[in-house]
Amino acid sequence: MRRSDLGEFEEVVLLAVAALSPGAYSVIIAEELEHETGNSVSTGAVHAALQRLEQKGYLTSHLGEATAERGGRRKRLFTVTALGGRILQDVRAVRNRLWDRILPNIRLEWS
Amino acid sequence: MPCLYKQTNKTMTPPRLADRLLRLFCAPHLHEEVLGDLHERYVVRAKRSGVAKARKRYWLDVAAYIRPEFIKRRPQEYPNPTNMTMLRNYLKIAFRNLARQKGYSFINIGGLAVGMAVAMLIGLWIYDELTFDTYHKNYDRIAQVMQTQTINGNTSTFAAIPIPLAAELRTKYGDNFKHVVLSSWAEGHLLSFGNKKFWRVGNYIEPEAPDMFSLKMLKGTKSGLQEPYSIMISESVARAFFGTADPLGKLIKIDNQFAVKVTGVYEDLPYNTRFNNLEYMVPWQVNVAIRDWVKNSQQKWDNNSFQIYVQLADKVDLDQVSAKIKDAKLANAGKEQAKFKPEIFLQPMRNWHLYSEFKNGVNVGGQIQFVWLFGIIGVFVLLLACINFMNLSTARSEKRAKEVGIRKAVGSVRMQLISQFMSESLLVVCIAFGLALVLVQLILPYFNEVAAKQMTLLWSTPVFWLLGIGFTLLTGLIAGSYPALYLSAFQPLKVLKGTFRVGRFASLPRQVLVVVQFTVSVTLIIGTIIVFRQIQFAKNRPIGYSRSGLLYVQTTTPEIHNHFDAFRAELIQSGAVSEIAESESPLTGIWTVNGGFDWDGKDPDQQPDFAVIGVTHDFGKTIGWQFKEGRDFSKKFGTDSTAMVINEAAAKFMGLKEPVGKIIREGDLRYKIVGVIKDMVMESPYEPARQTLFYISRFPSNFVNIRINPNLNASEAVSKIGAIYQKYAPSTLFDYKFADQEYAKKFAVEERIGTLASFFAVLAIFISCLGLFGLASYVAEQRTKEIGVRKVLGASILNVWSLLSKDFVVLIIIAFCIAAPIAWYFLGNWLQKYQYRTELSWWIFAGTGAGALFITLLTVSFQSLKAALVNPVKSLRSE
Repeated sequence: MRRSDLGEFEEVVLLAVAALSPGAYSVIIAEELEHETGNSVSTGAVHAALQRLEQKGYLTSHLGEATAERGGRRKRLFTVTALGGRILQDVRAVRNRLWDRILPNIRLEWS
Repeated sequence: MPCLYKQTNKTMTPPRLADRLLRLFCAPHLHEEVLGDLHERYVVRAKRSGVAKARKRYWLDVAAYIRPEFIKRRPQEYPNPTNMTMLRNYLKIAFRNLARQKGYSFINIGGLAVGMAVAMLIGLWIYDELTFDTYHKNYDRIAQVMQTQTINGNTSTFAAIPIPLAAELRTKYGDNFKHVVLSSWAEGHLLSFGNKKFWRVGNYIEPEAPDMFSLKMLKGTKSGLQEPYSIMISESVARAFFGTADPLGKLIKIDNQFAVKVTGVYEDLPYNTRFNNLEYMVPWQVNVAIRDWVKNSQQKWDNNSFQIYVQLADKVDLDQVSAKIKDAKLANAGKEQAKFKPEIFLQPMRNWHLYSEFKNGVNVGGQIQFVWLFGIIGVFVLLLACINFMNLSTARSEKRAKEVGIRKAVGSVRMQLISQFMSESLLVVCIAFGLALVLVQLILPYFNEVAAKQMTLLWSTPVFWLLGIGFTLLTGLIAGSYPALYLSAFQPLKVLKGTFRVGRFASLPRQVLVVVQFTVSVTLIIGTIIVFRQIQFAKNRPIGYSRSGLLYVQTTTPEIHNHFDAFRAELIQSGAVSEIAESESPLTGIWTVNGGFDWDGKDPDQQPDFAVIGVTHDFGKTIGWQFKEGRDFSKKFGTDSTAMVINEAAAKFMGLKEPVGKIIREGDLRYKIVGVIKDMVMESPYEPARQTLFYISRFPSNFVNIRINPNLNASEAVSKIGAIYQKYAPSTLFDYKFADQEYAKKFAVEERIGTLASFFAVLAIFISCLGLFGLASYVAEQRTKEIGVRKVLGASILNVWSLLSKDFVVLIIIAFCIAAPIAWYFLGNWLQKYQYRTELSWWIFAGTGAGALFITLLTVSFQSLKAALVNPVKSLRSE
């Protein structure tokens, strides 16, 4: 199965790209993840994950516009491909099925 | 890289060092997005939690990019031409450049080739000098025994040794030596076998010699001299006598007096050994047996007439042995000799050739000075040639600048340009090396003649090739480095836009170079002139007798002496000869120096050493000596058999005001001085004449001196004399020498130095002129536009010419001011060596300076006139 080559961090990054589309690039992804998880996330880690996902064909990228904060440098914007979307759905389906099988009394014990 | 926001808000800048670090490790194609991300994040952080925190975090963020996917460089987008393709292109361009500027190429390659050729010649010469005597296997262990003596306050050093010293060394100091070998000096004798007669030079020497000197035996064994009355001959002597027949066991007669048996033939010794003229060896015992004076000297410590060579025992230190045997003579020679403070020491073989001069008992070098001198000159000439090469290359840089600009614009990186110029200079250097080899091959015969050597190019020696090629590569790299680094650093934009200009001081190194070159050249020219003037000075010295048409023959058999009167009468009757006489020493040397003379008024401390020459009555008339006082020997006075003629130096030495009529005593003998002659130059023409006594000899003399009838031409006279000579001495050779030719040989060393010095001076000038030419053309090119403008504004050709030449004149004057004191100092020192010496006149310096200036103007004018004659329209059109 394809899913085996999707790491946990990569999955989160892929999700973030989907959520932040169409303006997803490493800085806002890192900020978003930091905000959501509370852990510090470096752009380096995100960028590396993005590169890997692009290599696997889950993402495509193009260079966007330059801004003053970036010292006049352009940013690389990412969008999820159809393959990427399907994979996300697959992952989610697996998880949902598993969630659904957890007995309600056990769920109660956790909360 | 332009950065707008950096200038607007300085505190908003992230740490620059971190950026720089990132640029180092991060792949270049990712720089833009990565740096952009980092900076943007930084701004976000700075707004949220302050600049200080953001800066700290920034470092961590940068560190997070240390991952293989960011470090890995992207493969080149465009196809990379292979190195071979590029190299082919470089070579093509190089050849096109060489072909397009033929004049420059010729100067560039020619100059370098000449410099290399000179370096090679000098290298060969030095190699030859340093390998002198290394033919002998025991090179490191052989030494000659020498002694110093102090007479009348002068300490002199010489190789002449008394015979009993050998026995002393063997018995008392035997442990230190493997061999102790007594030898005579190299003597010429008449060897004959059947009808064949040859005059050959050889030694009486003890039988261990062939072993000690590791002679290569072609026939017989090294112990051949153990046999009494034997002879070993060199290969060439063997061939002359016996052709292809076996020489062993044949009997050769020496001077027609006694026969010796050939017991060995050895390979001819190479010319760069001390014994290169050792054509035969006869056992020492023969010398003792046939000559009474040698026999009588066997126990005489005061007869310094022999040589001793030793080979050290293994593991013995030469200096220690030398110190040990210091008093070997003093302890045995008795009181009479102790006055001279004789000290014995060993002169090792490796010093024989290069360190042969002694002054006041101290070794002061010798030939080694010339090895150093020529070595330094060689390095200089080569260096000058290399720097010239670099200069000419950079001077043309502006012509190549456009090419560099285009190459850079179409994508050449700096490394490629560097390798282009390197390969170009290597190509040129390789051509120069090939040319240099050809040049050396062509010059070598002439150089050999001048340097009195038989050097060959060492084609088959790997070391030679290694040195040659290594040196070529080195020169290529050094010479190519400047243009390569300099030209490749041009900015393409500036070059192509035409705003490219070389700095004000770009020509400074070139100017320094010209000064150095001309300093060397001027020094060499002054040196050459002084050397030749010194030779001329000595040649012009009055020699005290008449040389023209005077010849002498060495006789080793008494045949002529025994019938001398008849011989003389017949010669004079033949009309070929005007006078003839015998003498003990040749006219061009003094063979006997004796002490033990006494006279009234002699200072008891004065050591009475005189050159003593036995002659016959007509000697004076034959050679034409000139009287200052008194009269010549005459047969009319019976008492003349105990008369003496002395020279001026002797009269002065003895302190006699009116020498004629005074008595000189030698033991029981009493001689009356009948005449005083003007000093004759018999030994070195640079030294004052030695105090000399002439007396009437009763013994068979060594030389027959003959004055040719001046009305006859020389060759005709010689053939007539030869016939009569052979009639009286049929068993000998008529081996005559002309006095003037022998005298001229005294100048050989100085003439050789003079010729070599002039050879190098010419080359130095040549190479200097190349450098000058390069600089002049560079300047002319630089100022083309200026000259154009000046001409438009009305400058005459003369104006332009003087404008361009002025700078060079200043350089030459500076060079001259440096060179003159250097030359004055060194040549002054050199002349100190000579008692009779020329002066360092100011006009030599002035003349040389003027000459250098003239050559400079000539060289520079070629370029400056060319620049001045150019139509200003042409030079200004391109604006």
